[in-house]
Amino acid sequence: MANFNLKINGKNHQLDVDPATPVLWVLRDHLHLVGTKYGCGIAQCGACTIHLDGVAMRSCIIPVSAVRDQAITTIEGLSEQGDHPVQQAWLEHDVPQCGYCQAGQIMSAAALLSDNTKPSDEDIDMAMHGNICRCGTYTRIKAAIKTAAKVG
Amino acid sequence: MPSVKTSFNRRSFLKTTAIAGGGMMLNFCWFTACESSSDKDAAPPAKAWFDFNGYLKIGDNGQVTIMSPNPEGGQNVKTSMPMIVAEELDVDWKDVIVEQAPLNTELYSRQFIGGSQAIRHGWNGLRMAGATARQMLREAAAQTWQVPVVEVTTRAGVLHHQASGQSTSYGEMAAAAAKLPIPEEVQMKEVKAFNIIGSSQKNVDGKKIVTGQPLFGIDTRQEGMLIAMIVHPPAFGVKLKSVDDTAVRAMPGIQDVFTVKVLEDDFERQHFDTCTFLEVVAIVGNTTWEVMNAKKAITIEWEPFAAYTEERTPYGSEKQTFTIPAGLENSADHLARMVESAALPRQVVRKDGDPEAAFKNAAKIIERTYTAPFLAHNCMEPMNFFAHVTAEKAELIGPLQKAELTEKTLSARLGLPVEAINIQLARLGGGYGRRSYAHWVVEAALISQKMNAPVKLIYTREDDMTGGIYRPAYQATYRAAIDADNNLTGLHINAGGIPESPLYANRFPAGAVDNYLAESWIVNSNITIGSFRAPRSNFIACAEQSFLDEVAEAVGTDPIDFRLALLQRAKDKPVGENNDYDAERYAGVLELVRDQSDWGNTPANTHRGVAAYYCHNSYSAQVLEVKVEDNKPIVERVSCAIDCGIVINLDAAINLSEGAIVDGIGNALYGELTFKDGVPEKNNFHQYRMIRMSEAPKKIAIHFVQNDIDPTGLGEPAFPPVFGALANAMYQATGKRLYDQPFNLD
Repeated sequence: MANFNLKINGKNHQLDVDPATPVLWVLRDHLHLVGTKYGCGIAQCGACTIHLDGVAMRSCIIPVSAVRDQAITTIEGLSEQGDHPVQQAWLEHDVPQCGYCQAGQIMSAAALLSDNTKPSDEDIDMAMHGNICRCGTYTRIKAAIKTAAKVG
Repeated sequence: MPSVKTSFNRRSFLKTTAIAGGGMMLNFCWFTACESSSDKDAAPPAKAWFDFNGYLKIGDNGQVTIMSPNPEGGQNVKTSMPMIVAEELDVDWKDVIVEQAPLNTELYSRQFIGGSQAIRHGWNGLRMAGATARQMLREAAAQTWQVPVVEVTTRAGVLHHQASGQSTSYGEMAAAAAKLPIPEEVQMKEVKAFNIIGSSQKNVDGKKIVTGQPLFGIDTRQEGMLIAMIVHPPAFGVKLKSVDDTAVRAMPGIQDVFTVKVLEDDFERQHFDTCTFLEVVAIVGNTTWEVMNAKKAITIEWEPFAAYTEERTPYGSEKQTFTIPAGLENSADHLARMVESAALPRQVVRKDGDPEAAFKNAAKIIERTYTAPFLAHNCMEPMNFFAHVTAEKAELIGPLQKAELTEKTLSARLGLPVEAINIQLARLGGGYGRRSYAHWVVEAALISQKMNAPVKLIYTREDDMTGGIYRPAYQATYRAAIDADNNLTGLHINAGGIPESPLYANRFPAGAVDNYLAESWIVNSNITIGSFRAPRSNFIACAEQSFLDEVAEAVGTDPIDFRLALLQRAKDKPVGENNDYDAERYAGVLELVRDQSDWGNTPANTHRGVAAYYCHNSYSAQVLEVKVEDNKPIVERVSCAIDCGIVINLDAAINLSEGAIVDGIGNALYGELTFKDGVPEKNNFHQYRMIRMSEAPKKIAIHFVQNDIDPTGLGEPAFPPVFGALANAMYQATGKRLYDQPFNLD
């Protein structure tokens, strides 16, 4: 066990955990931020995507000890009112079916648009390749990203 | 008024009889009390709520709370089902608050999702719930205003009396109306008067989903809750021999390690009590990470089990005996055994005319064999459930498709009466049939009972993918007899699978061919299987529609014209009896997709394939347009026609159907689970390839047939035709027919 000071969604959190604990489980079990989802545990599905200093990362394989002073953003902290352009576009296109993967999809999409305000179809395919949607909402996700790009 | 046939036939709380000339007799035996919802805190600022029936209550501020009875698994029932109630209540959708109902067999019937039946079976009850409350509001207004009730009209939550110019809101009349006796007869809306049904309304959980609020079973947390995981056998064909938990018990955060007998050997199983891992090891601890670590460190010995039989009662059927063989199975042997079994004497399921003579006299015979592997469901939310079992009762929360059936199994295993089992229905992170087979719910409950504490059981992805309940492996051989004039004179289907046959003997083209023979066989296996989005149809549709494409080509006819000619025959002069489809509606979707896809005008450098299928009471036809680059298919465009009767939530119905198409393309190209010595050869997404965004079609256009027919299934019907349409398009692109799934172009 070791003490960590994590900056999550703009707030500081002190906790005493096994340094090897993946950020995913720190968020879900210790801080009760359950928007970040467990899907595979090996960075293959994208359900657990968060931002570390604005970069999309798979929280299921990042040990809490590796975070250091990097700022963590989760789906709960992407915007204060749930009105990030990507979230708004997701609602406008009514993207979700089951909805389980969508927090991860949104985090990947938001990171893409912060780097590339006018992504091409290929840019979107590339950035979203690591996020599986088992319900098959890909065409809507792509349309929503394009809508968010226009707004953002 | 619309003529509505009742579809309630089991323990109906609403019994209906359509009567000539108008009205509908209602015979109520339901409670008027509304069960409390799981989300009371979100209640709007109404000072008082008035219960009308189990489905709805009206606030004094005019807001309406509508309970959604069935669990939501991504098919939009939590939005669509309340829309039906709101339509008949005649309320503005913006004034509706939706709450998820818990399992309550007294108030609701068939709180299932599965078989694409939620809307179809819910239709009458939901409409009557709304219409009954509307009628009571009109009665109350008529009494208050001293006017005849027939003169009281409603519009979007407001009651009007035109002659006197009086009007009032539902909220103001709710207190008086809720006290009135429940009417015995109510008028329901004409289909043409619908304004909510058929519109597009946003997913009621949309905001929660995009902001990451707790919504799914895996998000459940209660004070003092422990985390549990199980270790199940690593292979099909083995059972638990011994456990060495010494090291694990000393690991940080670990509370207990014990074995759990999921079902006793003599347990009287219902259909969804499928389970071959009868005994598993449970590890219980404080946090998920600690339990995951312990799971890796535990030492367990396994041993082969002997062959056995088990009795199960398939849903809506008689008790059957299933043989579970011993042994460690291999996929290579599976293929060989299917070939062997297809050559042995088979069960004749249907025979019309004289197929032997048709084949003997044929000028040309085409014979093709199709195969498909086992598939894992791979719901994105792994199996999980919260359970808090005490000596008096069991509280359970989680994602589950058939809670009503699971409740009985839980009651028997926990030794508690059914009334003491309370199940809250969480949103499902995907179901596709997998969450009908609730062995993991029983595991969670037994672990909680043993720990005497609230417990959340979570499967790892690996537990989930290697845990069984797969789409079976199948094989089907189709033979066509063609005469000298290029007429299809005979058709022979020889289909089976491990351990279930995919045959639907009475579906098209049965009824359209004079001489027809459909035969079935099975190969027993100890690998467990379960429903997977359009069970059996998802394979047999591909075989049938690929084969018809090949026959159409052999007789020199356009593939859509060829199918339409067969359907015309089935309509004009059907062969045999019990044909399980409406040839006119079937032809209707083919004609619609032909027109909408501009069939016959294929864009340059692209290639098209068509397929159609009927299942779950609905019809779907699709045209896929592909390019092949570097031996890789690129799906440019999909046109899809669907006849599912009345569409409830249009945009959500489009979304669901788009998803079915993407899912079908993914499974056709990549879906496969193979076995080596009983061990599934894939256990996570680094091995099990799922369709990704870049592989999804660039454009999907969904077209619904417009009609006034009561709604039928939609979760499944758009899925089966995709496989065949893709195979047929790929053939046009490459000249190579694809017979074995997953399709391999190399």
